[in-house]
Amino acid sequence: MSSTASVPLFQKFKLPNGVEYEQPLGLFINGEFVTGKEGKAFEVINPSTGNVVGKVHEATAADVDIAVDAAETAFYDGPWSKMSSADRGHLLLKLADLFEENLTILASIEAFDNGKAIQLAKGDIGACIGCLRYYGGWADKIHGKVIETNSGSFNFTKQEPIGVCGQIIPWNFPLLMWAWKIGPAIACGNTVVLKTAEQTPLGGLFAAKLCKEAGFPPGVINILSGFGRTAGAAIASHMKIHKVAFTGSTLVGRQIMKAAAESNLKKVTLELGGKSPNIVFEDADIDRAVEWINFGIYYNAGQCCCAGSRVYVQESIYDKVIEAFRKRAQANVVGNPFDEATFQGAQVSEAQYNRIMSYVELGKKEGATVEVGGERHGNEGYFIKPTVFSNVTEDMRIMQEEIFGPVCAIAKFKDLDDAISKGNSTTYGLASAVHTGSLSTAMEVANRLRAGTVWVNSYNTLHWALPFGGYGESGIGRELGKEALRNYTQVKTVSINLS
Amino acid sequence: MIVRHRILRLGTLPSSRYFSSFESTVKLPTGIAYRQPTGLFISNEFGASNDGKQLTTYNPRSGKPIANVFVAGSPDVDYAVQTAESALRSWRTTSGTDRGILLYRLCRLIEEHKTLLGSIEAFDTGKPLDTVVADDIQDCINVTRYYAGWADKIHGYSIQPFAEKFAYTLHEPFGVCALIVPWNYPLMLALWKLAPAIAAGNTVVLKPSELTPLSSLYLGNLITEAGFPPGVVNILSGDGNTGAVLASHPRINKISFTGSATTGKKIMHAAASNLIPVVLELGGKSAAIIFEDADLEQAVKWCYSGIMSNSGQICSATSRILIQESIYKKFVEMFKAYTIHRMSADPLDHGPQISDVQLEKVMQYVRSGIEEGAHLVYGGKEIIGPGYFMQPTIFADVRDHMKIAQEEVFGPVVVMDKFTTQSDAIQRANSSTYGLASAIFTKSLTLAVDTSQKLEVGMVWVNSSQDSDFRVPFGGFKMSGFGQELGEYAVKNYLRPKAVHLNLGVSL
Repeated sequence: MSSTASVPLFQKFKLPNGVEYEQPLGLFINGEFVTGKEGKAFEVINPSTGNVVGKVHEATAADVDIAVDAAETAFYDGPWSKMSSADRGHLLLKLADLFEENLTILASIEAFDNGKAIQLAKGDIGACIGCLRYYGGWADKIHGKVIETNSGSFNFTKQEPIGVCGQIIPWNFPLLMWAWKIGPAIACGNTVVLKTAEQTPLGGLFAAKLCKEAGFPPGVINILSGFGRTAGAAIASHMKIHKVAFTGSTLVGRQIMKAAAESNLKKVTLELGGKSPNIVFEDADIDRAVEWINFGIYYNAGQCCCAGSRVYVQESIYDKVIEAFRKRAQANVVGNPFDEATFQGAQVSEAQYNRIMSYVELGKKEGATVEVGGERHGNEGYFIKPTVFSNVTEDMRIMQEEIFGPVCAIAKFKDLDDAISKGNSTTYGLASAVHTGSLSTAMEVANRLRAGTVWVNSYNTLHWALPFGGYGESGIGRELGKEALRNYTQVKTVSINLS
Repeated sequence: MIVRHRILRLGTLPSSRYFSSFESTVKLPTGIAYRQPTGLFISNEFGASNDGKQLTTYNPRSGKPIANVFVAGSPDVDYAVQTAESALRSWRTTSGTDRGILLYRLCRLIEEHKTLLGSIEAFDTGKPLDTVVADDIQDCINVTRYYAGWADKIHGYSIQPFAEKFAYTLHEPFGVCALIVPWNYPLMLALWKLAPAIAAGNTVVLKPSELTPLSSLYLGNLITEAGFPPGVVNILSGDGNTGAVLASHPRINKISFTGSATTGKKIMHAAASNLIPVVLELGGKSAAIIFEDADLEQAVKWCYSGIMSNSGQICSATSRILIQESIYKKFVEMFKAYTIHRMSADPLDHGPQISDVQLEKVMQYVRSGIEEGAHLVYGGKEIIGPGYFMQPTIFADVRDHMKIAQEEVFGPVVVMDKFTTQSDAIQRANSSTYGLASAIFTKSLTLAVDTSQKLEVGMVWVNSSQDSDFRVPFGGFKMSGFGQELGEYAVKNYLRPKAVHLNLGVSL
């Protein structure tokens, strides 16, 4: 961290694919880009090269205070507080349109800052547009109930906004996580203070610029670049923030929840890690299943909370599947994110790269076999070859702990009961999948797996209309779909005595 | 995450696309000339009717003709329904999100063409231009945008009664929906029906009134430009016969009709032969009840607007005012004074009746009121000059048995009488064969809530009248029809549930 003496509020960036644009670098508070109160800034690194590409202004606790004040004022006074629900929705629709107009820039920023393949980044932005447009449509459709008790009273409920919401998002899908949080919070009438991940601050700031362009009144949406230990902690323990939504590791999720309890009992939703099982029955379409196994773990270079990192294959087809999967894993194009042919880009940072590689070493030590991969790809940037471990046992740490990289383990199961038992042997419970041609197998497995999402004959096929979240230590609450609205409203009951 | 969102990249068409041989140049009162489609809009094309028959639409402010449009006959209705049915095959596979995107585009296009559409509507209906643009067309924009948002939020239920049975409901569109709309709010009521029907995944055949076909036909241009696949929206200008043929067509799946109770009965009768489900938004004789603690000045203003807007041509107009004894004389005086005030600013403020036929109908009611002994406080005469204008008319001491107390006049004629107690007012309001709306004026919380609960109507306004909102359901009881429009409720009109049971383990 260094002083902001040389860090402007905006800077012209030229990206490796030739895209040129103006990147905001300041903190977006009360409708303006500003420097941090303590004058701090931190480096932005391109994970494809490991090079520093610039600096952004850093928010500390003092800036969180200013942002919260702006958000509180916007919530209680001023245009947002008087705006009709339809008009709020309309602003989100405009924001979705602006994302659509700026799709190439946004996708390029993602590929640059996060290291993901440009093709996947474009898909992310498409999902952002869908998500923002979806919640733009919910804004004026949030209804309470009228409930009869006895003839002497008239009772109704209202779904009211909570107020200032703190939102802390991760680096694996920077803009998509931004949209998942902003969409429902704003649709419900709240104001937000959102902290992006320190590894990937750029997209969120450009999106903040689009918020201003869309016409959101100042203070409604505030975007802060900063670190978890300082800005994130300040949000989790702030006395004027009445809701915190966090996506990230289970470890940090616990701290957030503690801080929320110790401060003002703010409402908490958490989207945490996972160690999701991907189960292939002998009556599955094997070729398709192998494609989904591959996509389930190597998509986004394995940096998905819901990654299918434990693959269970029925005994009778195990040899066939592992052979096909070895080939398929090695066929993934790893490399320069801006190459249209690339599927798997870089891991987001050196720290992540080291962490993943240490799990690879651990796996070897624990006695598992490296079928493919298990080493660096190339000699620049944080690229790891798609890796498969076999000969694993359930108690191995590589089977229990979230690796968050392009590393999976593949094991056998006997029958349905065995598959369920293995699938459920985790403290997590975010997602899962079953590949089968049989209706009753699909239904039974779907019913018995303890996971927030069960994919049947696919993997990682999320959609903004489908609720997403975890059982167990994978989190609290659901994002997406109509369910997300619950996170950002509170119910008020009004009971009028008529007698 | 695999992105299922496909960004629809359909080109926008240049405005010269609108030119076809089924158009006439129409010169608006504002001086602007535009190309008005006059053909039947089927499969995104305008065409002649099979037998070439046409009808003329008139400007109610002058009585002069505006344009001729084609009249859809049986073969045309047949062709439109067939087209709508075929379009279902691929429309069924279009996701809710994509249907929503098309409706959002349509919304934007209506907004871009706001002034032109408002001008066409004002010309064809006689309404004041400013009001049409600010209210009617704005409502079109709001409604279209609102239902665009519902399109991908239509959920069935999953129900697990016991371990061996997993059941779920699919909320499916009906298929081809016939939408028949009247002349009092032509484009607005068309979109009240079209937007939710399309959001729910149906295809439609829309029939505007023979008195006001122009704005709906123009909408065809915007449907094409928005990128709706051909056959999803079809628009047939025509007359009563067109409506009858459409309502009794065996291959439609749902009818939504707004109009008079008389025609509503005919529609239901026609639908009965094929057991087609029907939504009917019919007339009303809605009561405004003024309690003695009401803010009288506000009550007068709302009640004036509640009957004189749109020249009294509103189904939900509060055309009958019941005033508590102690304030009766005062209210009548204040209402009269307010009417005089409005007339002095602009004697044509309330607009013309839609046609000479309608004007005569209203004048007949005025005559009957006088004959039956009601006290004519103000107005009661036609306004001499071009067009179909009459004076705003106030009758007082109108007893319940009088024709003008019972029947829907559908003109700028308000009837007033006094009441004693709350239950007296409620009983008399409920004695109407209609049950569309009611307005209550009071400062008392209990009186407001209690009275609302006891009135047999689909809508109650407390301390206002006619300020409907696209997010709140609109519809009536009794002879005012059934089925709600607007709000979430409207979407339900265009969906039917299918229950699917999966047997997971019961063997015989």
